Amino acid sequence: MRTKQVVVVGLAMLVVAAAAKAGPPAGGTISGKVTYEGTPAKMKPIDMSKEPSCAKMYTTPPLAETVVTGAGNSLENVVVYISAGAPDDAVPSTAAVFTQKGCRYIPHVLAFQVNQEIKIQNEDQTSHNIHPLPKINREWNKSQPPGTPAISEKYDKAEIFPVKCNVHPWMHGNFAVLKNSHYVVTGDGGTFSLPNLPPGKYTVTAWHESYGDQSQEVTISGSEAKTITFVFKAKPY
Amino acid sequence: MGKLLAIVLVVIAVLSAYPIVTHMFVLPEDISTHGRAIDQQLHDTMLEAGLSFVGAQIVLAVFVWGFTNRKEGSPLKSFPGGAKVAVIAAFVLVGTEVLALGVMGQKAWAQVYFTSPKPNALQVQVQAEQFAYYFRYAGPDGKFGLIHPDKIDEGNQNYFGLDPANEVEARDDIVSGELVVPVNREVQLLMHAKDVGHSFYVRELRLQQDFVPGLDLSLHFTATKIGKYEIVCTQLCGLGHYNMKAYLNVMSEADYEKWLKEQAAQ
Amino acid sequence: MQEASVQEAHVHAPPQGFLRKYVFSLDHKVIGKQYYALALAAVFTGMILSWLMRIHMVWPNAKIPLLELFSKNGAPGGVMTPEYYLSLLTMHGTLMVFFVLTNAPFAAFGNYFLPIQIGAEDMAFPRFNMMSFWTTFVAWVVLMLAFFIPDGPPIAGWTEYAPLSAVGKDAGPGMEWGASLWGISIAIFCVASLLGALNFIATTLDLRAKGMTLMRMPLCTWAWFITSCIALLAFAVLFPACILLILDRHAGTSFFIPGGLVISDRLQPHSGGSPLLWQHLFWFFGHPEVYIAILPSMGIVSHILVNSMRKPLLSARVVIYSMMSIGFLSYMVWGHHMFVSGMNPLSSLAFSFPTLTITIPATVLTLIWLGSLYGSNLQINSASLFALGFISMFVAGGVSGFFLAQPSIDIYLHATYFVVGHFHLVMGVASLFGVFAGTYFWFPKMTGRMMSEPLGKLHFWITFVGAYCIFMPFHYLGLIGNVRRYQSFVDDFMAPYMGWHKFVTIAALITGAGQLVFLYNLIYSRFRGKPATENPWNATSLEWSIPSPPPWNNFGGKHPIVYHDPYQYGVKGSKGDFVMQDSPEQVVAASGD
Repeated sequence: MRTKQVVVVGLAMLVVAAAAKAGPPAGGTISGKVTYEGTPAKMKPIDMSKEPSCAKMYTTPPLAETVVTGAGNSLENVVVYISAGAPDDAVPSTAAVFTQKGCRYIPHVLAFQVNQEIKIQNEDQTSHNIHPLPKINREWNKSQPPGTPAISEKYDKAEIFPVKCNVHPWMHGNFAVLKNSHYVVTGDGGTFSLPNLPPGKYTVTAWHESYGDQSQEVTISGSEAKTITFVFKAKPY
Repeated sequence: MGKLLAIVLVVIAVLSAYPIVTHMFVLPEDISTHGRAIDQQLHDTMLEAGLSFVGAQIVLAVFVWGFTNRKEGSPLKSFPGGAKVAVIAAFVLVGTEVLALGVMGQKAWAQVYFTSPKPNALQVQVQAEQFAYYFRYAGPDGKFGLIHPDKIDEGNQNYFGLDPANEVEARDDIVSGELVVPVNREVQLLMHAKDVGHSFYVRELRLQQDFVPGLDLSLHFTATKIGKYEIVCTQLCGLGHYNMKAYLNVMSEADYEKWLKEQAAQ
Repeated sequence: MQEASVQEAHVHAPPQGFLRKYVFSLDHKVIGKQYYALALAAVFTGMILSWLMRIHMVWPNAKIPLLELFSKNGAPGGVMTPEYYLSLLTMHGTLMVFFVLTNAPFAAFGNYFLPIQIGAEDMAFPRFNMMSFWTTFVAWVVLMLAFFIPDGPPIAGWTEYAPLSAVGKDAGPGMEWGASLWGISIAIFCVASLLGALNFIATTLDLRAKGMTLMRMPLCTWAWFITSCIALLAFAVLFPACILLILDRHAGTSFFIPGGLVISDRLQPHSGGSPLLWQHLFWFFGHPEVYIAILPSMGIVSHILVNSMRKPLLSARVVIYSMMSIGFLSYMVWGHHMFVSGMNPLSSLAFSFPTLTITIPATVLTLIWLGSLYGSNLQINSASLFALGFISMFVAGGVSGFFLAQPSIDIYLHATYFVVGHFHLVMGVASLFGVFAGTYFWFPKMTGRMMSEPLGKLHFWITFVGAYCIFMPFHYLGLIGNVRRYQSFVDDFMAPYMGWHKFVTIAALITGAGQLVFLYNLIYSRFRGKPATENPWNATSLEWSIPSPPPWNNFGGKHPIVYHDPYQYGVKGSKGDFVMQDSPEQVVAASGD
């Protein structure tokens, strides 16, 4: 359920990003799949007993989301983006939405652009305290009691960093603040697609919160589609 | 107006005593082995304090009633015995009574703090952090893995900072958000604070003890009744203090073993 | 001491100019009024904070109007955040304990009346005196600044336990600059209090008029003197504690922070410190501090009661010795705040015995007040109502101490509303009743006008009944384990008791509104009150032998001579039913002389 939402959000963002750009769409596409090799750590069910109002929303406790895998050794929640070779893009006018629901973050990884507005909402009956932990951006932390308006924030430097809830220690997510509109967060199946790339030499980076990041160089000369894969080394613990 | 004050004093004394005397506020059931002594102490102190309180308010009321608005020319009198009576009464009545309570109360205190845990007590490590408790069981090998603060990774539910990749003892440790214990078996809590001061308080266990960062404290108890009881934090630890809690889940020995197996399988 | 030292020519010139007369005054009377005004500002702020806390506690999702304007982070959409509740709680405690309960009964009234009651022209060190007020004022400004910085006031409570208070911003909102401002403010307050205490002690020992032996000083003067001795030692310990805290926060030291702490996912760069050290230092100050808060009120109430009863107390000497014992014992009990803190459980037992013992002098005092009422000719007015109310409240607050003094019971009651009920009754009510009584009694002397009696009585009734309605239920809530310092109650077992909390909130709002009657009375009477004579209460101590208000040098350049103790009421053969302290009229030796 949740992974579908991530994919839908990711695709919607691509569409929005593409539509926001002036001029006719340019040509090439870089697409592919993110997989892992080795044995990933077993995800444990989250113990929410200290917060009965959230615990009761699940028939079986949800699993932690630091490593989410799928069929064919695919890896979810990987941010795949153009880290070099593309110019910075205009800031989209729509906000990226981060939701606290069932004492978890939806999506687990929120990718958005520098200076783009993010809206954080609380759909739970308990107060949350959202505490992003950037290293180069401004650090803040805010409480959000139930029923209070969405928190609106923005970041002015590109960075990928964790987000936690001070009140519920198991709640962890990530923000990826990116310079341009060419990014996607992998969903179920681990696939990604970065379309509308004008000719040029690009560096594509894939980032995973537990396995680090990897980069590859891809050159687009016209409107061809290039396929690459990223393979991360999984760790059993 | 003096007479009005006297009446109000008596009304206040009676109304204040009423909820206590009619047991409107009942102590939660005692599920511990040492709680009886504490409850008895509370009861005795309530009698002493309650009588002192009501008695003093009534004496004040009687004297205010009797000695305000006196007729012109009424003679001034002195309380028979003067200050000496007050001093002697204070020393004898209150002094001995109160000190007696103190001496008697030591036994209840000693039961909690001056007895050692039994050698076969179930050891559970409790980590208090902003804003939850996590409990660690040693697993089949009976040994706790070491804690490495730099390896704490909460998103991965590694709350204690264990290093199962490199330490065998840590691999079978069971970490739970609930304190699950078998009934009628002594439990020894090994208390560890991850960040700031917290406290462990279970009303039904008649147990309260602060966690002090940097200090290895321990607490032991035996729960005598199956059920779920709240553990709440009573030492101000930050913004989530009000919502810092866990459940003490007292189970039958059989259910406890079953639970342990389920946890080990995860 | 038989004869007091001859009055030195401690003259300073009469004040000239607006600044010297009303702002940077060396006159102890002006300084006393300045302290009172500061305490008034602090108590109304503290009271409003308590309203906000109580409203939020029973209606956590309520949108409180105007609060968002005051703090956007603290109340988004008008709904108070959990951390803002703790900020308000911290500021409430800090303002009330330091800026109200140390300022009003001690610094304000003590400054105004101690020199006059011993027959002196001013304090021993008028310049120190002026400095100590203005230093207190600076401390207050620094503290209040915490409301206006973006991150808000600190959230660790007025007790600011380490390491929460020592590690800096990782500990939570308000723990960056908010907590530092707190530490700086309190350190400055300590300096001010030390100056004040030194002044009181030197004045009392050196500047008494001829015939004013120590045993002939009024009971409130004794209370101020004993309080100053306590304050000298207590603040001398809090001051370095605050410095060490500031160093831990800003200079990378680790007095209070052990190693290996992970806060906000960050390993803290400290090691070797002890959180318990902060608690010991703080409570070594903190326990005597609560006696600093109550002793002056005990003295003021004793003083006023004698006047209202038209009869001396059973023994002023015993009252003095009891106050001294309380002062002495107050230094031996601080560990009772730490019974379950993790300190050695044997220490807990050791601390409980002096704590129980301190009941004895407190009971002696209560029995003497009660016993003195017997056979008296009690006059009822606003001042005496509050004095009598003090006795009721002091007993109410004191008996809950029987429970908390025993470590075994404290296991269950520590950090519950039982404790909150206990300390509010003794400090927040009883001590404040002493201030109210003193205000109604001494307002005519300080301003030359009488306060309105009907309004004073109305104020008494609202406050007396209201305070019981607010604080008595806290004891019951504590008995069922209602934990304190929670912004709202999410625990299952609290649901049945929210009705009591709502009752308390409403009582608090009504009682608070009643204080506006007092404020109105103060302001109205200051300008439109009936003119007061020199001695409207037919009282005996030296302040009633000079004009209302007194001239700048108190006794008009004369040196009063004192002939006997200040409680000559109901003396056989005297002209009225009282003999003033500076009257050479022969009196029968009263008890206690």
